[in-house]
Amino acid sequence: MADQLLDAKGLNCPLPILKAKKALKTVPEGGTLEILATDAGSVADFAAFCRTTGNELLEQGEEAGVYRFVLRKPA
Amino acid sequence: MSNNIDPNTMSIIVTKGTLDWAYPPFIVGTTAAAMGLDVTMFFTFYGLPLLLKDLNLQISSLGNPAMKMPMMGMHMGMPNIVSAIPGIDAAASKMMKNLMSKKGVATIEELREFALEAEVRMIACQMTMDLFEYSFDEMIDGPELGGAATYVEVATQSHINLFI
Repeated sequence: MADQLLDAKGLNCPLPILKAKKALKTVPEGGTLEILATDAGSVADFAAFCRTTGNELLEQGEEAGVYRFVLRKPA
Repeated sequence: MSNNIDPNTMSIIVTKGTLDWAYPPFIVGTTAAAMGLDVTMFFTFYGLPLLLKDLNLQISSLGNPAMKMPMMGMHMGMPNIVSAIPGIDAAASKMMKNLMSKKGVATIEELREFALEAEVRMIACQMTMDLFEYSFDEMIDGPELGGAATYVEVATQSHINLFI
């Protein structure tokens, strides 16, 4: 269970990333954020976001058109 | 001038103010800021009105054969002679805004709000303000006034410099 959940379903680029960044502000250091999205571009984008920002992409998957990502904020 | 430019710096010259052209600078700017970059946006010429408090952005299909809207399972463009009819721009703009909202695309107002929250530095071009007779009071809170030298100084300190 992640520390925080962001439902970004129905939102298009770049809103899932912008909202994730905002949500990460209130996630404790070393804590996790789970994101749900329907934007197919978010798969490549969350990977790039994590590589650039130092957040760790712990999990990612897709089920019935909903993409799920779990990010860990650096400690 | 320093050769040790921080790679996480970006400047964007924003020169266009139609609904479609307003997106690239705000999308890239807000996303770069979300990814930890220091971003500066310089609003000049037709890009300057994007800082007005009240936005009523429009697109025009006139002279834009690439603008094809998804309609009835196909993509439809508009002949220039139709685009030129008064009211067509307003109708096309409304259609585009409806489509964007249906597809979960942010409004420019929303992206601008994200940019302000992310402390994107915004510079309003003083010369354009004078030229088109805008006053700073009509603009949102946050931008500062500056000219070409202000921008060039930013560009010398930015790793990525974009002109849109």
